[in-house]
Amino acid sequence: MSFLGLFLMVFLVIHLGINLCLLRNDGGRWFTDAATFMQTNYVIKVFEVVLFAGFILHILIGIILQIHNWMSRPVRYKISNQTTTPFLSKYMIYTGGIVLIFLILHMMNFYFIKLGWVDNPISARDNGEPDFYQIARLLFAQPAYSIAYIVLITVLGFHLYHAFQSAFQTLGLDHKKYTPFIQGFGKVYSILIPLGFICIPVYFLFFFI
Amino acid sequence: MDLTLKIWRQKDAKSKGKFVTYHVKDISPTCSFLEMLDILNEQLIQKNEEPVTFDHDCREGICGMCSLYINGRPHGPDDAITTCQLHMRKFKDGDTIVIEPWRARPFPVIKDLMVDRSAFDKIIQEGGYISVNTGAFTEANSILISKEDADLSMDAAACIGCGACVAACKNASAMLFVGAKISHLAMLPQGAPEAKRRVLKMVAKMDELGFGNCTNTYACEAECPKLIKRSNIARLNRQFLTAKVS
Amino acid sequence: MADLNPKIPQGPLSQKWSHYKDHQNLVNPSNKRKLDIIVVGTGLAGASAAASLGELGFNVKIFCYQDSPRRAHSIAAQGGINAAKNYPNDGDTIYRLFYDTIKGGDYRSREANVYRLAEVSNAIIDQCVAQGVPFAREYNGTLENRSFGGAQVSRTFYARGQTGQQLLLGAYGSLSRQIKAGTVTLYNRHEMMDLVIIDGKARGIIARNLITGQLERYFGHAVVLATGGYGNVFYLSTNAMGSNVSACWQVFKKGAYFANPCFTQIHPTCIPVHGDYQSKLTLMSESLRNDGRIWVPKKKEDAQKVREGKLKARDIPEEDRDYYLERRYPAYGNLVPRDVASRAAKERCDAGYGVNETGLAVFLDFEESIKRLGKNVIEERYGNLFQMYEKIVDENPYENPMMIYPAVHYTMGGIWVDYELMSTIPGLFVAGEANYSDHGANRLGASALMQGLADGYFILPYTLQNYLASEIKVPRIPTDRPEFTEAENGVRNRLEKLMNIKGSLSVDHFHKELGKIMWENVGMGRNEQNLRKAIERIRSLREDFWKNLCITGSINDLNTELEKANRVADFLELGELIALDALQRNESCGGHFREEYQTKEGECLRNDQDYKYVAAWEFKGSGQFEVHKEPLQYEEIEVKQRVYK
Repeated sequence: MSFLGLFLMVFLVIHLGINLCLLRNDGGRWFTDAATFMQTNYVIKVFEVVLFAGFILHILIGIILQIHNWMSRPVRYKISNQTTTPFLSKYMIYTGGIVLIFLILHMMNFYFIKLGWVDNPISARDNGEPDFYQIARLLFAQPAYSIAYIVLITVLGFHLYHAFQSAFQTLGLDHKKYTPFIQGFGKVYSILIPLGFICIPVYFLFFFI
Repeated sequence: MDLTLKIWRQKDAKSKGKFVTYHVKDISPTCSFLEMLDILNEQLIQKNEEPVTFDHDCREGICGMCSLYINGRPHGPDDAITTCQLHMRKFKDGDTIVIEPWRARPFPVIKDLMVDRSAFDKIIQEGGYISVNTGAFTEANSILISKEDADLSMDAAACIGCGACVAACKNASAMLFVGAKISHLAMLPQGAPEAKRRVLKMVAKMDELGFGNCTNTYACEAECPKLIKRSNIARLNRQFLTAKVS
Repeated sequence: MADLNPKIPQGPLSQKWSHYKDHQNLVNPSNKRKLDIIVVGTGLAGASAAASLGELGFNVKIFCYQDSPRRAHSIAAQGGINAAKNYPNDGDTIYRLFYDTIKGGDYRSREANVYRLAEVSNAIIDQCVAQGVPFAREYNGTLENRSFGGAQVSRTFYARGQTGQQLLLGAYGSLSRQIKAGTVTLYNRHEMMDLVIIDGKARGIIARNLITGQLERYFGHAVVLATGGYGNVFYLSTNAMGSNVSACWQVFKKGAYFANPCFTQIHPTCIPVHGDYQSKLTLMSESLRNDGRIWVPKKKEDAQKVREGKLKARDIPEEDRDYYLERRYPAYGNLVPRDVASRAAKERCDAGYGVNETGLAVFLDFEESIKRLGKNVIEERYGNLFQMYEKIVDENPYENPMMIYPAVHYTMGGIWVDYELMSTIPGLFVAGEANYSDHGANRLGASALMQGLADGYFILPYTLQNYLASEIKVPRIPTDRPEFTEAENGVRNRLEKLMNIKGSLSVDHFHKELGKIMWENVGMGRNEQNLRKAIERIRSLREDFWKNLCITGSINDLNTELEKANRVADFLELGELIALDALQRNESCGGHFREEYQTKEGECLRNDQDYKYVAAWEFKGSGQFEVHKEPLQYEEIEVKQRVYK
């Protein structure tokens, strides 16, 4: 879980980097260049497979562990647990589930178009590839879509808030000097990454002319 | 103070249990929680009813025998304490107190509030010790251990094996218990030669017995009467991973 | 009458034990596998004995009434364990540890046993370190020591305030290893109900499975009792709720002798009693007396105001405080032995200087130490004890002095054993607090852990072999023999009798009553009149018990009331024996203080002429006891008055 989680968190940074190219008011040139690079580079192609495997394993293991955990307490307590614990840590399976829904929607909007599983809402680019810049513009222009996007990305943030330091704990990377830094870094990460993603729909909704 | 108690009653391991409501009156705030239950039991005996069965022994917070999940918290509404040291001053007149047994698949109920925790013994039997025969020692001061390491080892060794960590954990995980024993021995040079074998066997046993997995919620740390820290779980994880890959 | 031969080996004191080991019989490895040993109790003595015997290759069956061997009450020992390592270079030797223990016991223990205890003390520390017991250490990595009562050297090793816990977990670890290896079988939640004797030798036990209520039979070529002390005869004590005398009492009824039952230790530093509903007294470690100073107000009117809550301890000026231990015993000060400290506290409170609302408490003050060493140091040394005090009493001991009062803690008396730790029943060995052997009339702090582990790790594995060497031809005896049936029927009859009383009063009612009688008349101060009164009252209470007891539930089921009733029935008989023993001992020594026999300064007045013996009691049928005397001979030391001034 933890290895995969950390791997996915690294991916998120790259993904955000590319998405932020959308913010440049250049008709999507940077974004398209970056996207093209990601689609054509062979190293990245290999990583794409690894990434998908990572997602699927992370989700599968998460579900299996959760079922096992539920089975570990066949008789529930009458009074639910009152222990003070980090709030979000208790709901990882739920935030994870919501992120999964988001992931499916997201794939339908972008990746599946490329694979041709979903119809392209917009005319393709000259080279026949879908124009994701335009697709993104189109989607974010709808307030409902943008709001849903923001909400779901916020839930992703909740997931990450617990995930970062938790991954280090699970890997046994605990040190009296460095752990406080890791915890702090994790909090900053889990706030900055979603904020980064959120500023894109905000930009398209309010500032893009 | 007068209190309403809702207590889990279950005749034996096979029977179905249920909550039964009782009332106790004029409880002194200086009375301990178990003494309050003694008073209730005295009342029940007077009425020729069977008293409530619960585990307890030393009543000074060290044997680890007392349990009880009180109003949603193992060992009740105070920190760093066992049920036997919990005093009634932590409650108010008129309170309703719900008392449940520890709930976890590896801790089946024996009767009322008494559960079977021999799963913990089984984990220890897999390797929660240093294998040294009586007499096979060297002079005590020939093994030097830094004060810091000895202190960390002692912090972990303070575990009383009560099972509050399992009871508090939403996954009924025993990682804090196992982590504490692994850490106690891992911090000492005497424990090093069999460290790998120890962690693999203890973790395998823990999984086999049906404890849940650690999802780093840290309820165990919050409820541990001896303040055993989560860093012990990290140390267990580290030892386990290194043992697995090496 | 059985033979009261202590079987002390020949030779000079310091060579007796090696002489014994050099000449004893051993059992070869292939025969060890054929021999079964029953160990009852999983405390320091029981767990260490079972583990060591298992390692040797014997088949061991170990029993405890708790859910796990790790719960035994040794776990609650706080302060430390003595050994003559002389690491601080302050002049300690094996002889000095031996001498301090004999003197601390007020010259009522057996010289050879105590010397052996001191002799193996160093090996215990080595053994425990090898097991990973996290003893306190200096910054340079070596082991740290502190001082305890009754000694002028620092010879106590400790693991914070949880030494007993750590030592027990060490022994429990070794025991667990043997359970895994298959040499030891654990029977948890099983209580020993009776001893089975076949052809005059201990050959098994009847145990009750506490979960199913069924009686079960177990065979052993030898039986070891390590069942702890009988302090719970006083109801309120620092013992665990389940601590009991029943195993010892059953073997006593079957012919083992009970030695010096009146030697009970009252520990000076416990949290005072606070109400009728109280079930248990909590000890504050003796180690606190290293840095805490004990005092009461000098003026009675101040004490009165403190009791009424009108005056705070901190507001009493230095010159109006009476540090009575430092005043009376300048050489040892606050670190006088337990019996002395307890009596001194009682004396001050009886004289009207007590400080809590009941008037039965004295101050244990850390003000000066905190000033001298800083709060951090005190916190590091005693943090968990201070926290425990605050949780129970709801007062911060860093700011206000603790209030303490003596409470029943340990019993020096127990089943009479010879040098080999064997009772008068062949094949029945008794170890740890359950036997009487090493502490005489008073036990020094940090010596109980030493004795328990000495017996289990380093003595029984030798002496049991010496006995078993002549048993190798005895095959395992089937448990359908008439002796087993008879013993089981006896137990069943007794349990049925208890269940069938069908009176109206709970077990706790009788136990509390017994406790009151014992504490008032057979406690810290005893005299002939009160002892006679106690015997009368115990007898009538016992009669009442067998008429008016009420036990709910069923016999073939988990029934905690029945368990308690069975134990209290034995306490009701033991209480009388304690009083009888106290009555026959017309002297004061150690924990046994007869008010008629004291010096002008209120110290113990021993009578070595007439009472330098072990009183070993024989059971002669219901309520009938006969005393036998084992004279104590001191070859190496001069018997003196015990002075701590």
